[in-house]
Amino acid sequence: MHNTDPAAFAPVAEPVIRVAGLAKEYRVFDKPEGLAASVRALFHRTSRVVEAVKGVDLTVGRGEFVALLGPNGAGKTTLLKLLSGIITPTRGTASVLGHVPWERADDFRRRFALVMGQRNQLWWDLPAAESFRLHQEIYRIDPARFEKTRDELVDLLGVRKLILQPVRELSLGERMKLELVAALLHEPEVLFLDEPTIGLDVVAQHTIHEFLRDVQRRRWMTVVLTTHYMKDVAALCERVVVITRGDILYDGSLAEIVDRFTTHKIVTLDFDEAPDHSMIERFGFPCEFRGPQVVLRIDRSRIADVLPGILGSAGVRDVSVEDVPLEEIVAELFRSDARAAAVAEASR
Amino acid sequence: MSGSLEAVRPAGPLQGLRTWWTMLKICLEERLVYRGDFALGTLMRFLPIVTQVFLWTAVFGATSRGDIAGYTRNDIVAYYLLTMLTRAFSSMPGLASGIARSVRDGSVKKFLIQPVDYVSFLLAARVAHKLVYYAVAAIPFALVFFLCRSYFPPVPDATTIAAFLLSLALSFLLGFFMEVTLGMLGFWFMEVSSIVFGYMLVQYLLSGHMFPIDLLKGTPTGIAGVSLADVVHWLPFEYTAYFSSAVWLGKVKGAQLVSSLAIEAGWVVVMAVACRVAWWRGTRRYSAFGG
Repeated sequence: MHNTDPAAFAPVAEPVIRVAGLAKEYRVFDKPEGLAASVRALFHRTSRVVEAVKGVDLTVGRGEFVALLGPNGAGKTTLLKLLSGIITPTRGTASVLGHVPWERADDFRRRFALVMGQRNQLWWDLPAAESFRLHQEIYRIDPARFEKTRDELVDLLGVRKLILQPVRELSLGERMKLELVAALLHEPEVLFLDEPTIGLDVVAQHTIHEFLRDVQRRRWMTVVLTTHYMKDVAALCERVVVITRGDILYDGSLAEIVDRFTTHKIVTLDFDEAPDHSMIERFGFPCEFRGPQVVLRIDRSRIADVLPGILGSAGVRDVSVEDVPLEEIVAELFRSDARAAAVAEASR
Repeated sequence: MSGSLEAVRPAGPLQGLRTWWTMLKICLEERLVYRGDFALGTLMRFLPIVTQVFLWTAVFGATSRGDIAGYTRNDIVAYYLLTMLTRAFSSMPGLASGIARSVRDGSVKKFLIQPVDYVSFLLAARVAHKLVYYAVAAIPFALVFFLCRSYFPPVPDATTIAAFLLSLALSFLLGFFMEVTLGMLGFWFMEVSSIVFGYMLVQYLLSGHMFPIDLLKGTPTGIAGVSLADVVHWLPFEYTAYFSSAVWLGKVKGAQLVSSLAIEAGWVVVMAVACRVAWWRGTRRYSAFGG
């Protein structure tokens, strides 16, 4: 099924995940405030239906690395839970590796893995090596192959020394690395990651990025990741799916999201000394003065026209032209969606 | 890291057993982390029995009868000691509440995602729990039984000993499946502790933990010729404490012994099925409502 040479594959291969009209509704009970209301609630509870995921359509091909982005409560984790078969949908269909996930067939469960950044799957009081051994059995991994894969994975993450130490003695970052090793021992074809880098320091995040990229390419694994860190996305994912309020707002390449949702570029100018404000303001772009540094937001269509003029200003030592940071674009995307929702609500 | 399908070993008939054996070994290692806690707990268990001995000494002192419901004073002491031994097999501290907790805090998800059976896993964990417990408790148990040897009737014949051992093994399974079923109620109720408490109360009264079930033989039920002991005989509870002790003491013999073992085995099957059904329906509910 796999090949060590990813170049042998076309970038868009057979669809591995197919989702159509997938929806999940929850009934939540309101917990009233105060004792009297709580007593009343014993006899009559008020409930409402929350649509966590509303009719999502999504296809993911083999070997894709997809990021699910969205504000808290957008339905990202619910979607991952549906795809990994933990929950059943209210409507719609899904197929992962040719299986309906929530039927939880063993054949399906042997071929995927879910890692949740906030949840521990390793045995707390035992060394990770023991959890690995259990995985070898429950996933029926051939012993020789198990050892080879385990050694490869722990070496890639530089955690070989840690696997004989009780998990409870490890730091969050070390634990997360071992969680990833455990999840990848059975060489899953599909990997779901729910905020894998949450709470980790920059070095650990970087190690995990390198690791995931490396393993994903080598195995031609399909990965769906939810995260709040744009660093994860920029480092790993070519495709981004933005979910807000249970709906897909955007589905496309990372490059295109920048293209489509930004109208300007960030131009940073370094002067020998703090420049005269009026000299910069005359260009008519929003600007910010930081001592000898000035940050301008310039319309993308006009960059080529105006840049020579700006660079001609006296005392410019250095210049950089950058895209708006991904964080900002996505935050703006979430905000504009929330505004649209408020407008829709008001007009109802 | 090439090739994926050939990495999976074929599912031979022994595969399930192998997996279970690995689970058992890992559970054993985990239990051994807490062995100190165990040793103290074992010694504490012997305290209540002292009270029982004093109580029954007083009861026999106040009556001129040589026996109560067929039990002499010595029989009663031997009964309580044996019951403690049976309960070391059938009682499952923390099992039901642990299952309910795993549902509440979501750690049960692991068993939905991974190709591993939750009930088999719980069984491995509990067997490990018990094995470590026996290893720690064997010496204090042996000591107490040795000191109290004069209360016991002569050692019974081989058939009775075999029946006794079989009843102990079945009492372990019965206790296990009953508590697992109870714990699975956590899929329906947020908090099962009051249900578990109610169960333990009924269990305490009807299992023979509090007194030999023979004492209920004179208690009418309102149905002609049927005593409360007859009703309890058909319920699962007495097989988790009373029954094994009664077998050792020679209170249950011949055809009655065989039919009682059959009832016990029957309850094991019923509860094993019940906990499966509860798991199946519970996870369906969990998937539909929460997750």
